[in-house]
Amino acid sequence: MIRTTLAALMSYWRRNLLQLITLLAGIALATALWSGVQAVNAEARASYDAAAATLGEGRFDHLRAADGGSIDQETFVALRRAGWLVSPIVEGRINGVRVIGLDALTAPIGIAPVSLTEQADLGAFLSGGGQIFGRPDALAALEGTVEAELIADPNIAPQTLTTDLVFAQELLGREGEIDRLLIATVQPKQQATLAEIAPNLTRISAQSGSDIGRLTDSFHLNLTAFGFLSFAVGFFIVHSAIGLAFEQRRPMIRTIRALGVPLNILLALMMVELILFALIAGVAGVILGYFIASALLPDVAATLQGLYGANVSGTLAFRASWWATGLLIALGGTTIASVSAFLKLAKMPLLAGGQIRAHVMVAGRRAAVLAILAAACAVLAVILAATADGLVSGFALLASVLIGAALALPLILDQMLRASQSLSSGAKAQWFWADTRQQLPGLSLALMALLLAMAANVGVSTMVSSFRLTFVDFLDQRLASELYLTVEEDRAKEITGYLEPRVDAILPIVSAEAQIKGVETEVFGARVHSTQRDNWTFLDAMADPWDQVAGGAGILLNEQLARRTDTWPGAIVALGGQSFEVVGVYGDYGNPIGQAIVSEEVFAELYPEEIANNFGLRISVDQVDDLLSDLETQFGISSENVINQAEIKAFSLQVFERTFTVTAALNVLTLAVAGFAILMSLLTLAAMRVPQLAPVWAVGITRRSLGQLELLRALILAFFTILIAVPLGIVLAWVLLAVVNVAAFGWKLPLFLFPADYLQLAILSLLAAALAAFWPALKLTRLRPAELLKVFANER
Amino acid sequence: MLLRARDVSKTYSIADQTLQVLRGVDLDLAASETLALTGESGSGKSTLLHLVGGLDVPDAGSIEIEGTDIAGRSDAERAHLRRTDIGVVFQQFNLIPSLTVADNIAFQARLAGSADKEWIAYLGQTLGLEDQLSKYPEQLSGGQQQRVAIGRTLAVRPKLVLADEPTGNLDEASAQTVMDLFLKLVGETRAGLLLVTHSKSLASRLDRNVHLSVGVVS
Repeated sequence: MIRTTLAALMSYWRRNLLQLITLLAGIALATALWSGVQAVNAEARASYDAAAATLGEGRFDHLRAADGGSIDQETFVALRRAGWLVSPIVEGRINGVRVIGLDALTAPIGIAPVSLTEQADLGAFLSGGGQIFGRPDALAALEGTVEAELIADPNIAPQTLTTDLVFAQELLGREGEIDRLLIATVQPKQQATLAEIAPNLTRISAQSGSDIGRLTDSFHLNLTAFGFLSFAVGFFIVHSAIGLAFEQRRPMIRTIRALGVPLNILLALMMVELILFALIAGVAGVILGYFIASALLPDVAATLQGLYGANVSGTLAFRASWWATGLLIALGGTTIASVSAFLKLAKMPLLAGGQIRAHVMVAGRRAAVLAILAAACAVLAVILAATADGLVSGFALLASVLIGAALALPLILDQMLRASQSLSSGAKAQWFWADTRQQLPGLSLALMALLLAMAANVGVSTMVSSFRLTFVDFLDQRLASELYLTVEEDRAKEITGYLEPRVDAILPIVSAEAQIKGVETEVFGARVHSTQRDNWTFLDAMADPWDQVAGGAGILLNEQLARRTDTWPGAIVALGGQSFEVVGVYGDYGNPIGQAIVSEEVFAELYPEEIANNFGLRISVDQVDDLLSDLETQFGISSENVINQAEIKAFSLQVFERTFTVTAALNVLTLAVAGFAILMSLLTLAAMRVPQLAPVWAVGITRRSLGQLELLRALILAFFTILIAVPLGIVLAWVLLAVVNVAAFGWKLPLFLFPADYLQLAILSLLAAALAAFWPALKLTRLRPAELLKVFANER
Repeated sequence: MLLRARDVSKTYSIADQTLQVLRGVDLDLAASETLALTGESGSGKSTLLHLVGGLDVPDAGSIEIEGTDIAGRSDAERAHLRRTDIGVVFQQFNLIPSLTVADNIAFQARLAGSADKEWIAYLGQTLGLEDQLSKYPEQLSGGQQQRVAIGRTLAVRPKLVLADEPTGNLDEASAQTVMDLFLKLVGETRAGLLLVTHSKSLASRLDRNVHLSVGVVS
């Protein structure tokens, strides 16, 4: 019985291949977009973890030479003798690959490859000609050039090789030199101060190093949101395909039940059937996702590298966890998409009407339920918009806005079509609008998919473009000086004395760690100058904030600190035993910690031991090159110690272009998925259309004309949907920028609108709808009269 | 006795109204006997057929097939009975559109695990469907489709055949041909037949007639 029933159920798909393809493609595309984006995220995060493990970055404080040069072996030995648990690191590049030499005996636990006891032979590692660890692509750069054993290890950071310190020094031609000293977390209680043993070294804390994971979380969160929306679009296709298939199989199910197959067995077999489809499509989806991720990853890697200095592998490793999560998401999505269809089937009485209850016959009661649910989502969204202050409530707001809009779409479209119908005149136009309204239930799921795809694109484009504008403004603000110079503390006075007559202004950059309202804060002393007055913008400020800072009574806070301590302009804060009035709050994007700015004089009073060795130099652009060469000639200051603002800005913009490549690729993919949903809905509805169109054809509208009207109908429905999708996308962007971002990272991004981009997206969406409608319309124009005549035959 | 129905009642609720379709119906059918159930539209003929076929359950009364009351049986037990012992021919044919004619004929017998290839081939041949076996139902005329439905019903060699206006959708000539074949094959299987019809001439060809009027046997 089970085999026969299963064969009968499957026979439906054999005879309705298009529906099967829709279903499988829907699941596969949804899974592919989700797992592709997740793969990019996972790969990037794995790269950070490997980087942290390899370099100890973000985990251990380290010592560097204050002048940026190398540390000699004697200083290391002196520190060890004085009880400092430090471990030497040397770094360099060979054939473009970063080579890191470390001392296995003194390295803190957890620094690869010392912890990899399965592969690492400590003896060989220490022998000087022993082992070099790295990813295969990085090892390939050394092949044939060294005699050491090359060991492939995926846990090493991308484009990085690790080996013994002495061997690395030899390889790099830097015998006896050390670049930095990692400081073990636990140190002896009594040890001489750093100033006594190695005054030329500067301690750099783990926090102020690159906590890559936190800085890039915003980027990944946004990608995840995009992946989720793409999945939702795919989910609508699956829901639509399952719903239609179940509706069309009702007579068959009734017959099978009447012939003696119990309902529970039938339901179980249909579940097995769907699980099978979900697994097949899920596997295809994961593979497709891998290709999507492979295509996106080089750009994402470049973006992250440029934005945050995060080194991400540009190639993708196939991870077992993707299979698991990809298949789970396919199964989970299919299950959710089919719940309502199964419930309906379970409740269907055996003697229910056998005729096909197509979507076009959906009762008014369902519209009422949709309206109630949409209204409930809208109320929830309004409440959450006013109260949401966490990540969960932010995403709940996002979900309620999107689900509410999707549910309301058929009702809004119906009203729009009703209005168009009342404005139209002539029998053909009247019929066209009435017929379009009749098609709406059958197309509503595909249109919901288009709505979500378009809204996601508008939302994410708005967010990324807003991010770019804000970030460029932020760079203008923070990198207002033409040059940034780092010098040794003891030479600072001499060099600034030399620079004073040659530049327009010297702006020292000096900071100290402090606590404001119990929050860890980096306090800066600023020399107030027109540079800040002209370039800095504030999220909230009193009148003339810089004058008040210069006067000594005012303090500026970054947004993170202001939000965390709920301290805004007008409030008084204590710092170093003194009270300051908060006169302004500024955006400080990407910075995970609190920051405050007081005047240079106040700072010197509070932290007399802190001496500036970083300076911003204001100088006319045409004098930059001359000054750079003067600095090199006079003080031996190399270009590594000078940052040219123009180059950074140019590079940043280039990075954003890469970001746009990723976003644009995802935009095209989601719109393609939505277009696919429309195509499949139109094709599956095409068979049901014949009885509706035959009478119109019979009274004198040609097949060609009917085909053209089908195309027009799809375009009008897509256009109306786009009219709703654009504002929805802007709301989506607002939720991401002003609610989710604040909850996740403590800073809010301003929202900008980009009408030209929206117009471009709208044209792209209309094009997708037109392409989707073209084939069904063409099929209609080529429909044989005999097919249309069958409608009027008794024995149909 | 193959079928014994006693004091069978059935009420349906439609909107706010309750409609008593059957009011204490008694009915007997012996093995191999053919019985025509006639009556006006809405008299409860189809409802009684559905109850006898285990497609629905009565509100009161008993329906015994070979001495076993099916009214009190579970859904699964009634499904088993329909699979193996009862064959139903519907007015709307109710074929499975995605299966070929051959597969449709063999379908119920396969479900019951009692597919007899020779018997199924004989049915196909007798019903004049040899050339149609690889076709799909939509490619057949109404008369042909009903012949497929008859083939499917008889392929399982049921003890009881129920037919609800089997020729109601066919023209007179096709109806005559289909009924001739149907009665011939039912006779060959020696199944009991309960046939719902409006046609007096058709009813007269059966062993016995029972008339149902407003839910009561008259």
